[in-house]
Amino acid sequence: MEKIADKIKTGKILVSDGAWGTFLQQKGLQPGECPELWNLDHPNEVFDIAKSYIDAGADMIETNSFGGSRFKLELYGLGNKVYEINKAAAQISRKAAGSNKHVLGSIGPSGKMLVMGDVTYDEYYEAFKEQAIALADGGADTLVIETMTDIDEARAAVSAAHQNTNCEIICTMTFDKTPDGEFYTMMGIAPADMVQSIIDAGANIIGANCGNGMENMIAISEAIRAVNAEIPILIHANAGAPVYENGATHFLETPEQMASLVEKLVLAGANIIGGCCGTTPEHIRQIAQKVKEMQ
Amino acid sequence: MDSTELLRKLSECVEMGKVNKDAPFPPAMKGMDGADELTKQALEMGIKPIEILNDALISAMEKVGEKFSQKKIFVPQMLISAKAMNASMEHLKPFFQSGEVKRKGKFIIGTVAGDLHDIGKNLVAMIVEGAGWEVIDLGVDVKTPKFLQAIADHPDAIVGLSALLTTTMQSMKNTVSEIHAQYPNIKLIVGGAPVTDAFSKEIGANAYAHDPQGAVSYLNAQVA
Repeated sequence: MEKIADKIKTGKILVSDGAWGTFLQQKGLQPGECPELWNLDHPNEVFDIAKSYIDAGADMIETNSFGGSRFKLELYGLGNKVYEINKAAAQISRKAAGSNKHVLGSIGPSGKMLVMGDVTYDEYYEAFKEQAIALADGGADTLVIETMTDIDEARAAVSAAHQNTNCEIICTMTFDKTPDGEFYTMMGIAPADMVQSIIDAGANIIGANCGNGMENMIAISEAIRAVNAEIPILIHANAGAPVYENGATHFLETPEQMASLVEKLVLAGANIIGGCCGTTPEHIRQIAQKVKEMQ
Repeated sequence: MDSTELLRKLSECVEMGKVNKDAPFPPAMKGMDGADELTKQALEMGIKPIEILNDALISAMEKVGEKFSQKKIFVPQMLISAKAMNASMEHLKPFFQSGEVKRKGKFIIGTVAGDLHDIGKNLVAMIVEGAGWEVIDLGVDVKTPKFLQAIADHPDAIVGLSALLTTTMQSMKNTVSEIHAQYPNIKLIVGGAPVTDAFSKEIGANAYAHDPQGAVSYLNAQVA
């Protein structure tokens, strides 16, 4: 399969998928339940999510493995199922994607902090290596290390994925806006700080995910583009910040609102656009429609 | 060094995160005494433990909390300051236990049922402890009966509930109403990434804290 970065070199804008976690909740995932275990005991539901994004026009879909590292699975007593769960995650998404669309094996943060002495760099590396190999074995052609806030953890995951698989590597971090209008992760990393460090560790594509909606992603893309003219940028934006009303959580950015910002986001430097928490197949369908009109 | 100067130095060590003499961080303070050594020296010099707590530790952690609120510093700097504070607190523990030094009050904290995230909850616990409160940390995935038991054990405490996931906001709502059904006068304060002031009002919590310093402001106002 042609690499994502090579497609982008020809000037293409690509569309990624939308939310998984909030989609699983709609399908009945309960608080306190391990979302990744659904790959083994509710594979048809997981397949449905993957397929709905392919049908909406996504060029690539993720896998249900965000919390699939040993660190997270151990919290549910599933430390002995890391390989099985991640391999199944990739197999399900590959089945939905067919052979033409990309499968991005999702790798989220460990929840452990280097600065607190919770964990060592080597422990990060080994755990992310284990997860990356399982995702690649299940059929992921790309790995997306996402929602990172700490540069050392991100580097450990990128290196582990890059050095132990043949996959293309994406890494996205999660930035918040400060009162001064600047962007930092909660660990104090600015978009410009991450770029070279993550590329050196082996990332082919970088970007941002989650956060507080599409608008902020424009400034973040500009900040990345300002320090690197070449590196492909992927943006997975939330459908705004969650709002709680009448006993349920809602994300208020509509498909129309998100799609209306696609052009600005591309001008700011983004090459791949998809969604994060709260986005639905309809958000992706409208984003894909907008991208099609632009090309 | 006189006592004022010693307390000023100790305060600086906590603010900058200088744990002890051997600690490599921050590089600018390499080889200098840290919070550990300076607290020992202060006690040996006869400075009262309550003065060490109020004039060095609490004032330093207040600055740290404010800088964090303004996003002038981030999680790693806050953690390292909390570590320096803990190094100092170790020497003060016997005085807390003997009752010679009284803290402002008790604060029970936990992440709500179904939610396994502890980073935000830990940050709040550290800053609240640094503000002079006794913290009872119930951990993560705390179901209502565990909160109720802790309240039974510490009936004068204020309780903090944390949630990171939009799905576990529902657990927060349940726990708030279950606690209030049994203890209508217990003050409940809520926080976490998806939690808002409007949500806290809707579920009947007594207060919402946007960040650790917000929790401290609310707590301190209850005993002022």
